[in-house]
Order: sequence, then C-alpha cells, then structure tokens
Amino acid sequence: MSAPNGNRHMAFICSKGTLDMAYPALVMGWAALGNGVDVTIFFTFWGLDLIRKSRVDHLELAPVANPSMKMSLMGIPSDNLGIPNLIGVLPGMTAVATKLMKEKMKQLEVPPVREYLQMLVDGGAKLYACKMTVDMMGLKKEDFVDGVIDIVTASDFIDMTEGAQIIFI
Amino acid sequence: MATREIAGKIVHVNEEGFLTDPSEWNRDIAIELAKEEGIPELTPAHWKIIEFCRQDAGATGKAPTLRRISTMAGVSTKELFALFPKGPAKKVAKIAGLGKPEGCV
Repeated sequence: MSAPNGNRHMAFICSKGTLDMAYPALVMGWAALGNGVDVTIFFTFWGLDLIRKSRVDHLELAPVANPSMKMSLMGIPSDNLGIPNLIGVLPGMTAVATKLMKEKMKQLEVPPVREYLQMLVDGGAKLYACKMTVDMMGLKKEDFVDGVIDIVTASDFIDMTEGAQIIFI
Repeated sequence: MATREIAGKIVHVNEEGFLTDPSEWNRDIAIELAKEEGIPELTPAHWKIIEFCRQDAGATGKAPTLRRISTMAGVSTKELFALFPKGPAKKVAKIAGLGKPEGCV
C-alpha cells in the first residue's frame, strides 16, 4: 500500500525538541527523498520547536540524566566515564554539550536544523504542525518556518498517511 | 562481474546497474541510462550536473552526495529534484557512470 500516486511513502512524527532528537527524522527523511520515497513530517508537542522560527536555531542537548554522554565526547580519553549528573546541573553545562554536538555535526558537514528542513522542503517533503499542541502553546502559523504547509489535527494526519510507513520519534 | 551492452558498448555493471569502471562511460551511454531512469532528454542543465559529478568523483574517488552537488555545483536542491526526479544523487551517479553515492547528506 502506498501514497495515492502509487509511490512508497514514509511519515515521521517528531515529538522531541532536543538537538539530538531533531536529526533522526531529518536524516532519514532526506535519505528517503534521495531514494524517491514521498515524505511527510508531523511535528507535535516538543517537536514543534524544530519548526518554530524562534526556537529552531536554539535547540539544545542537556547532559543531565543522559548516560550516553561520556567525557570522551569532550575529547578526554576516559573510556566509559560519564559526565556526572552533579556536574551536568552546573550552569552552562547544557550550553557546553550543545556546542560540542554542533561542532561535531559541522565537522561531518551535517547542516544545521533550519537548513536541513529547507533542504527537505525543497526536495518535496511535506511538513505539518499538530493542532492540539499549537493551540496549547498559543502559537500561530506565522510562528513557523517557511515550508510548514498547515496546522492539522491528528485525524488529518491519519488520513494523509494512509498506507505510509510511520516512524515515531 | 556482470557486463551489459549500453549504446553499442559492453560495460561492467554491478547488481544495481551502476557502472563499475567510470572510464568505460561515454555520453551516449549517459543518454541511454537517462532514458532508463525516466529522463527522456538530457538538457544542458542535466549535462552541467553530470559533468560536475564526473569531475568531482575523479578528484575524490566517489560519487558526490546531493548536498555536495548543490553546494559545489551551485544548483539548488529544488532544481536537482526537478531535473532528476525521485532521488537525484543516485540517478545522476548512475547516468554519469559512477558508483552509488555514500554518505547521509
């Protein structure tokens, strides 16, 4: 089963607003477009931060309660030694972790989220914002980056993704 | 390794139909492969991208990714998808006689 045009269709639901969780849908969505697959992305709850003009360039990564964040990520040869939560709560630690990840991404020539979204839109991906969350947060369509087609209900999303492969992030 | 005849020439291809030796490629082969990929005619805009990819692959040893094509050849993402619908980087690589592009961006 596929989209009305008979093409394979993948739909991503982005529910997280942290920098690390912004990328899965962007990377897979871009790969899908590169393979001739139709792509729809539905942004809900904290995921709306990915498409908010005021937030998209300021997504962050917090080191607290994240067991995957090791000292070694900071270039310290410390094997499995984690960043202690007690250190993670210090002012500025989230900014440090965020800067670190952004630098790593840049080294790999991975574009920032705003640019990545634009690439996806230019490649034909369809972006939608979740109505319930938009209402809850008191947002309007103007608050979102160009390329967000509409604010739609969960029911609309279900309708427009009939037959699609759905990935929840 | 498999071989096949394209535009009157025998070339080596892999299981996905990509040429395995870029030096076996010529423009007639590109025209033929483009037709197979659903592009009936290669315009100057198509050739500009194909030539960029051949040059870039010659220098780096691998087919460029979509983002590399758009930033280095100065062709917008939109235009790339319009010229080579449904997966521009893969299609260009195939038509240009290169391997499948690696890399996620």
